[in-house]
Amino acid sequence: MPPASQLTSRRAFLEGVRDQLPILVGVAPFGLIFGTLALSAGIPPLAAQGFSLFIFAGSAQFVAAGLVAEAAPAWVVVLTILVVNLRHMLYSATMAPHFQRLSLRWRAALSWLLTDEAFAVASVRFRRGESEQGHWYTLGTGLTLWAAWQVSTALGILVGANLPSGLALDFALPLTFLALLTPTLTDRPSWAAALGAAALSVALADLPYRLGLLFAAGGGVAIALAVEAMPPLSPQGKETCDV
Amino acid sequence: MSDWTLWGIIVGGMVVTYGTRLSFIVLVPPERMPNLLRRGLRYVPSAILAALILPELVRPGGTLDLSLHNGRLVAGAIAALAAWRFRNTWITIVAGMLALWLLSVG
Repeated sequence: MPPASQLTSRRAFLEGVRDQLPILVGVAPFGLIFGTLALSAGIPPLAAQGFSLFIFAGSAQFVAAGLVAEAAPAWVVVLTILVVNLRHMLYSATMAPHFQRLSLRWRAALSWLLTDEAFAVASVRFRRGESEQGHWYTLGTGLTLWAAWQVSTALGILVGANLPSGLALDFALPLTFLALLTPTLTDRPSWAAALGAAALSVALADLPYRLGLLFAAGGGVAIALAVEAMPPLSPQGKETCDV
Repeated sequence: MSDWTLWGIIVGGMVVTYGTRLSFIVLVPPERMPNLLRRGLRYVPSAILAALILPELVRPGGTLDLSLHNGRLVAGAIAALAAWRFRNTWITIVAGMLALWLLSVG
């Protein structure tokens, strides 16, 4: 590899790390809470860390820990993890065209790191059309998140029981998602996607296994496609439509 | 629950989770994706993020609460304004957390 391109890949990686850092403010408390919660669900420390190491999917780990506490059968827990994580197929489909020309090893590694947060950060960059060294950038965001998830889970296991509950640290995660949502709202269809999905997610929130999330996201995308097909309301409407 | 069962859940959970992540990146080539689905993917981030956020704000503890007594809703609205105004992740999170803490004190 020539030195110039080496520098670019390294810079792209570091930019990925940098852009993921603010997200950790929301993710670290979530990991801390998971470590604490897993122990109180009766999961031994090593297995609690195993959840984060090998499954590496925040909300699925919470749901699974809850089911373990209720002594649900193992196959029910695994199936629930699958259903809660079905949304990753949407992420996989969204990133696939950008990763098409990468080697299998790269694609396997980037798939392993494909979480809500890494996807949100990386997809913003790809949406802006900045796809150069995008795999290094995505690796930077993903590895940063992975490391933070392991460390915060471990901290939760070690000291979580001593945290005051009044801090409402779990609220940091929806706030993180809010910060990630804002830059995606660039035109009328994306607004329609967000508003439609938000309304549906509240209406369907009582569905089991967080299925409502999946239906809400699908509904929001369908609404966005319908809005996209509509003619612009006014001449100003046109300028907000990017390609 | 035995250690064996727990580690079985971990391995099973790993396989199904990694499967969803590998699905289109490795297992099914994107050319085989229907065109409509491909166009729709552009709106996935907006839709999924909004769907992850709103229930956390309007259903604290699992029941719908649209009143001003719902601290998470008010704090979320303040954070949304901050996100819109400053377009900065740190400011958004700090504004929302501060708002929630102040509201629960007052």
